[in-house]
Amino acid sequence: MKRGRLLTAVVAPLVALVIAFGIAALALLLVGINPIDAYREMIVFGTSTASLIITVNDAIPLFVSALAVAIGFKMGLFNIGVEGAYLLAALFGAYVGALYSITPVLHVLSILVVCVAVGALWAFIPAILKVRRGVHEVISTIMLNFIAFSLSAWLFLNVFNAETSGLTVATDLIPVTGWIPSLNVVLGWFGIEPRAGSNLSGFLLIAIVLGVVYHYLVNKSRFGYDLRASGINPSAANASGVDPKKMIIKTMLISGGLAGLVGVSQLLGFYHQYPQDFPGGYGFAGIAVALLGRNHAVGMAFGAVLFGFMNRASLILDLKDVPKEIVTIIQGIVVLAVVIVYEIISRYVDRRTVAAAARATEADEGVVAVAT
Amino acid sequence: MTAVVERMRLPARSRRILVIALIGILVMTISEVITGTEDLTSRSTASAALRLSIPILLAGLGGLFSERSGVVNIGLEGMMIAGTWFAAWGSWTFGPWEGVLLGIVGGGLFALLHALATVTFNVDHIVSGVAINILGLGAMRFLSSVVYTEDTGGSVIQSPPIQGIDNLSLPFLAGGDLFGWNSPDFLGWLELKGWFFISDVSGILRGFFGDVNWLTLIGIAIVPLSAWLLWRTPWGLRLRSCGEDPWAAESRGVPVRRMKYYGVVISGMLSGLAGAFLVLVQAGIYREGMTGGRGFIGLGAMIFGNWIPAGVLGGSLVFGFGDSLRFRGSDLVKSFILALAIGLILAGIYAMTRSNVRRAVVQGSVGAAFLVFFMLVGEVPNQLLNAIPYLITLFVLAVASQSLRMPAADGARYAKGEAR
Repeated sequence: MKRGRLLTAVVAPLVALVIAFGIAALALLLVGINPIDAYREMIVFGTSTASLIITVNDAIPLFVSALAVAIGFKMGLFNIGVEGAYLLAALFGAYVGALYSITPVLHVLSILVVCVAVGALWAFIPAILKVRRGVHEVISTIMLNFIAFSLSAWLFLNVFNAETSGLTVATDLIPVTGWIPSLNVVLGWFGIEPRAGSNLSGFLLIAIVLGVVYHYLVNKSRFGYDLRASGINPSAANASGVDPKKMIIKTMLISGGLAGLVGVSQLLGFYHQYPQDFPGGYGFAGIAVALLGRNHAVGMAFGAVLFGFMNRASLILDLKDVPKEIVTIIQGIVVLAVVIVYEIISRYVDRRTVAAAARATEADEGVVAVAT
Repeated sequence: MTAVVERMRLPARSRRILVIALIGILVMTISEVITGTEDLTSRSTASAALRLSIPILLAGLGGLFSERSGVVNIGLEGMMIAGTWFAAWGSWTFGPWEGVLLGIVGGGLFALLHALATVTFNVDHIVSGVAINILGLGAMRFLSSVVYTEDTGGSVIQSPPIQGIDNLSLPFLAGGDLFGWNSPDFLGWLELKGWFFISDVSGILRGFFGDVNWLTLIGIAIVPLSAWLLWRTPWGLRLRSCGEDPWAAESRGVPVRRMKYYGVVISGMLSGLAGAFLVLVQAGIYREGMTGGRGFIGLGAMIFGNWIPAGVLGGSLVFGFGDSLRFRGSDLVKSFILALAIGLILAGIYAMTRSNVRRAVVQGSVGAAFLVFFMLVGEVPNQLLNAIPYLITLFVLAVASQSLRMPAADGARYAKGEAR
């Protein structure tokens, strides 16, 4: 049984990947491009040291975003609002962090607190709207995304007084004490010497801690039990004393808090300020990663690295006259394929389990018949 | 046809909506007098609101067909994106009406995918919908990068400018041509009289009927058509029975899966038409991200409209009006906020007379907050104007969500021959 489940968990994403790359290959063939060459270029370019570091740096926010989405998924709650939440949180973090300078670790921690608080507060809006007014969270969080884009654009220029710095408009620079150092030192221990300007984000460690905490919270804690119970059978959970409204509020707050951390790796690791073109899209991509990783911490880590790899490796395609947008197709198909394949496999496993049970029962009955 | 009219005249509810709409216009007129802006009930605001509400309406009706058959369709946005791309490509390659057709087909194809996942493979409806949205965006970007190369004047994120679809004015009401004869413009004449309230109402109506687009008319015609299809034909009864209780429907011999396929594919075709409208009537070009969440706002309109065509129309007009405000500058928005404040305070007073203290306090204080905002804020910043349609959607849903009833088995997993 346990083995069957593990098999499903590994096989489904793999089959989905094969399907996605297969369909993408067909699409490439249709426009007259040799897909094998394109994929080979991607692999060669994507596996250089510099590319791998960029892949991991890209995977970190994707992973945190996936965690934020997944904790909601676990109880059937769809927080599509990670995108807006993390942009707002990063903006506030950048503004507050630039106001003061204290000892290094404390400064970083205080910025993290600001980001978590902003994310959680933002997620509180759809939570309260759902609990008190019955507004479905998918619609409210999507509306809040658009509101967050407008709000942050306004705050950025009018309230936080972003000014031209270098090539772009950006908020004030956060003092060095608020920076998260890179992990290049650690890479050096393994004999890897990255090029200048190629830095492995130090937030990686925090992301790993978040993943571990997520795993234990969901699978080993009382809260996680209630969470999963509410997801599988809300009325049974309610009957056993889980207050669905409180669960919704708590889960949305945690999800929002995690969402607040999505932009921190880039903010405190690279930019040290909030520029106008602060990288977006991690919130939406995180949904895909959570679906791909089936809400499992390890699965999502793989998914995040895979997406990061595809994003990075696709850059070579433009130079080879292959539209790099092919990876967005792969990413879209893989998400749809993984849920379908998972459904098919688990239906098959279920049927086999039922058949095995039926056979066992028949055998038992046979024994009983012989005995009498 | 009388049956359809009967259906659309939902006894108490829609009469109440009509009364509220008229009071709303009255309040806005008062607000205009106070602030000295005249645009809030003018024909240009009304026609912009109508134009902007059609994509929302079509998406909402799409959601209606899907959810009435029991399939939640969060993928409306992705299907609409497909509609925008294919409509632009069709118009660019063949002509505007072929564009409309291709937009419908494009949306329908993505809907087929959603139906495959949710109906055949029983995937969670929201998960599949989210995936459709991601895929829609990605696939269209890929197609753009292949088709709209540099020499065409387009790029990865936009098509070359394309030919749109023409406008017309309705005869008699708004002075349109009838077989070459220039008919009188009755509503325009009334609007110019400058009579308090009456001229305001006719200004709004003149905006609805004058210089309208063919696709707008088609979009509005789909409302009674949907009502007739869903409530007055055996086919519609079967479709709705799948949304209410697929297991019972199955036991009565309804081909549940096929009905759900119909519902979802029609949903996608309407979303595709919504996308085509955006391209061929509003923008005259395909741009990535031009749907701007209108698929989701359409879902909001459907929920606000209580899963009924006439209700969806009402919801879309509200959201379309909200959408039109942002293009018309800060003064108009302020005037609208004042109208909101007056309306809410009036509603609070009304609740007080019904001795519903809690509602009175909530509505009164929200109204007062709007009033304070109106008096303190000098000018609404441009960036915040963009948030208005989304704020209104959120606000309206927060006010309206509770007394609604969705189809009983909406979003339920159904497998043929299995118990519920």
